[in-house]
Amino acid sequence: MYVLSRPALVLLLMMAIGLGFYPLVGDSYYIRLLTKIMVLGLFAMSLDLLIGFTGLISLGHAAFFGVASYAVAWYIVKAGVTSLLLILPTAIGASAACALVIGWLSIRTAGIYFIMITLAFAQMLHAFFKDQKYWGGTDGFNFYDKPQLVFGDTVLLDLSNRLTLYYFTFAILVSAFVFLIVLLRSPFGRAIQGVKVNEGRMRAMGYNIRHLKLISFIIAGSLAGVAGFLEATRTAYVNPELMSWHMSGNVMIMVILGGMGTLYGPLLGALALTLLGDNISSMWDHWLLIMGAFVIAVVMFLPEGIAGLIEKTANRFKRKPPPKEETEP
Amino acid sequence: MDISYYLIQALNGIQYGFLLFLVASGLTLIFGIMGIINLAHGSFFMIGAYLCWWLTSLTGNLFLGILAGIPLAVALGLLIERFGIVHLYTRDHLYQVLFTYGLILIFGEMRSILWGNEVQSVQIPEILSAAIPLTDVQSYPVYRLFISLVCMALAAMLYLVVQRTRLGMTIRAGASNREMVQALGLDIAKLFAIVFALGAALAAFAGMVAAPVQSVFPGMGDEILIVSLVVVVVGGVGSIKGAFLGAMLIGLADTFGAVFLPHGAGTVIYTVMAIVLLWRPQGLFGRT
Amino acid sequence: MSGFILETQNLSRHFGALMAVDDVTLSFERGLVHAVLGPNGAGKTTLINLLSGEILPSSGSIRFKDYDITSLPANEVSHLGIGRSFQKTNIFPNFTCFENCRLAAQSRMKGVFHFFKPALSYKRINELAEKGLEMCGLTKRRDTLAQAMSYGEQRQLEIGMMLATEPELLLLDEPLAGMGAEESLKVIELLRKLAKEHTLILIEHDMDAVFAVADRLAVMVNGRLLETGTVAEVRASKAVQEAYLGSDEEGH
Repeated sequence: MYVLSRPALVLLLMMAIGLGFYPLVGDSYYIRLLTKIMVLGLFAMSLDLLIGFTGLISLGHAAFFGVASYAVAWYIVKAGVTSLLLILPTAIGASAACALVIGWLSIRTAGIYFIMITLAFAQMLHAFFKDQKYWGGTDGFNFYDKPQLVFGDTVLLDLSNRLTLYYFTFAILVSAFVFLIVLLRSPFGRAIQGVKVNEGRMRAMGYNIRHLKLISFIIAGSLAGVAGFLEATRTAYVNPELMSWHMSGNVMIMVILGGMGTLYGPLLGALALTLLGDNISSMWDHWLLIMGAFVIAVVMFLPEGIAGLIEKTANRFKRKPPPKEETEP
Repeated sequence: MDISYYLIQALNGIQYGFLLFLVASGLTLIFGIMGIINLAHGSFFMIGAYLCWWLTSLTGNLFLGILAGIPLAVALGLLIERFGIVHLYTRDHLYQVLFTYGLILIFGEMRSILWGNEVQSVQIPEILSAAIPLTDVQSYPVYRLFISLVCMALAAMLYLVVQRTRLGMTIRAGASNREMVQALGLDIAKLFAIVFALGAALAAFAGMVAAPVQSVFPGMGDEILIVSLVVVVVGGVGSIKGAFLGAMLIGLADTFGAVFLPHGAGTVIYTVMAIVLLWRPQGLFGRT
Repeated sequence: MSGFILETQNLSRHFGALMAVDDVTLSFERGLVHAVLGPNGAGKTTLINLLSGEILPSSGSIRFKDYDITSLPANEVSHLGIGRSFQKTNIFPNFTCFENCRLAAQSRMKGVFHFFKPALSYKRINELAEKGLEMCGLTKRRDTLAQAMSYGEQRQLEIGMMLATEPELLLLDEPLAGMGAEESLKVIELLRKLAKEHTLILIEHDMDAVFAVADRLAVMVNGRLLETGTVAEVRASKAVQEAYLGSDEEGH
């Protein structure tokens, strides 16, 4: 059962306050970088719903991220539409529809098959967008306009403004987090966590496992779609690599590095991995060598991720005081 | 387009299928016997191709290059098993995925450091450089035929080893029931090392013989890995027979997909996979 | 109401060449306690797995009340009112006892689209869970993690979870397996209590326990049904005596 521990809550509040006020003092480079981190954090959080809470190891999560990005590009490049109210729902809808189809096929299998099949279907979409001239082929699309929320003649939200995009992303990230917390406390949320722990017993107790998994898969895919929408809006650029399996691999690394099954862990994972990449990629051409070694080190020495480390440390502090109190009086 | 054109395509499809089989058979055995999902398996293919290019340019002869490359590939396989994979036997698939993904990054960068990022090509040796004329304008290169024949011989050898030898018996026992191997008192550590090195060597060998017909490029490992995973899914995890049929099916589907659907070729094999999944979720020869 | 609550007709299941359950035709009377006996490998657990929908039969049919449940999956069988407990403890170790039972009770909610209200705010589900805990005698362990309890308590929880789904017919796969004498008595007491309101089908090795609670016995050997009847009838059966003597080396 998911419980947001007190140290995590404190950390999250600090992070939220920090993120909320950073633009007042920070420079534009880091505002952009933080927007990227929040987008990736949302993406990683959506995968955590599958890996950490439902027990579904999807290696094709980038498919939903990429499809939503292409939906944004399609509206702006092909249809000349920039209305946020059209683009965002379509992007999410496209991801959800893909998740429904891919999920329906993949969930018939389990274990290693599921890993390979989700990977293969994401590659299928990758190949599709790469093959089709209409969709920009290998180069994808560059575009200049960004989604806007317009009411009458007034522009309420213009996402081409760096700060607006930053706070819009921040608001979505916070809402998604709250949504997932609520979801995990609901009967549905409890049920998927039961599926992760003991699928057979859940079935014997009368649960339709496939339905539970599929719904979880669609919710996670839709959230990844929201992240994909933000990513395309942020960079004004889409290409097939957005749904490549390296993207899926990277987001999985974020989830594990941060700590799966904690929701806030993947945010930390996105933060750590992006900062790491940002720093070492400019220092050495072969920085992926360090990245590879780093991933292996995480698997070997930090399987519960940064969040696991935090909770362990917090627990140690919590246990230490009592003996002191006993000895002092 | 006449019949000889389709014949050439069919031969190409079969040749591709054989290469896929060499890679996929290792992948499926490593999962079936060791319970390991090894994403770095495609890297062995890529490393094989680069080894072949490097050693051929050193020795001036493809056959010498391949001959020298095989022991290196086996050694690499043993090394990776002993110092890396061995830590994963008791771990969840999730961590196996991440660990072997990390290996891919490392292999990729090592290649970049040792051999650079350029696309390379390997000369087909003189003796095999001829082409068999089929019609006035169409012919089939002897080297491609050579690939098919060598792979066929290897596949037959693999079949004989698995079906007829004591090692093969252990492998089969391990693929169907890992506990049984231990219960029989067989040396599981040795078996795992052999299986992994064998799989690595097969994949690297596929890369070596493929090098002269396809260019040698950095992303070739990823490409073959994904297609091999599709082969394993279609054939059924742990089944050599399934890997063979899956490889042929996917090899032919991919080749003819490019012929009939030039703009959607990339998605054909995945469609085949989806159809197989609908029909038999555990793959053609997978156990339920 | 009387009559048969569950009937099997020529039920068979093979695994490869092994006939785990071989042509079993059995009827279970409503309101009674039925025990299925037999040496190890007689196919008892396979039979339970067939009845609960865990596995599909190779041939034959199963009827529960007015429904043909032969090819229904386990989750649908459960919703018709057949609960089962497992031979190997099959719980959610990192959940509390209450959550184990609550999750079981929650399965009775209609649909899966309950996304927003907290799970703990559904009164009826909570009551069912508490009732399950109370019946199996674990109310005082309500907030203990299941993995922190003794083996015997985990077995009790196993039954509590089953009860939280409000089944009519209970399939119990060796409820006493691995229990000490004192714990066994507790569970036998519980079974007696349950027998008042439910139909029970249980597999058990402990003969004393079986004779203490069962009304009807069915004896299986090598997948086949050897004998059925009341306790006295089966005890007197020559075939049963021979089978048990004959399989002494491998059985119990």
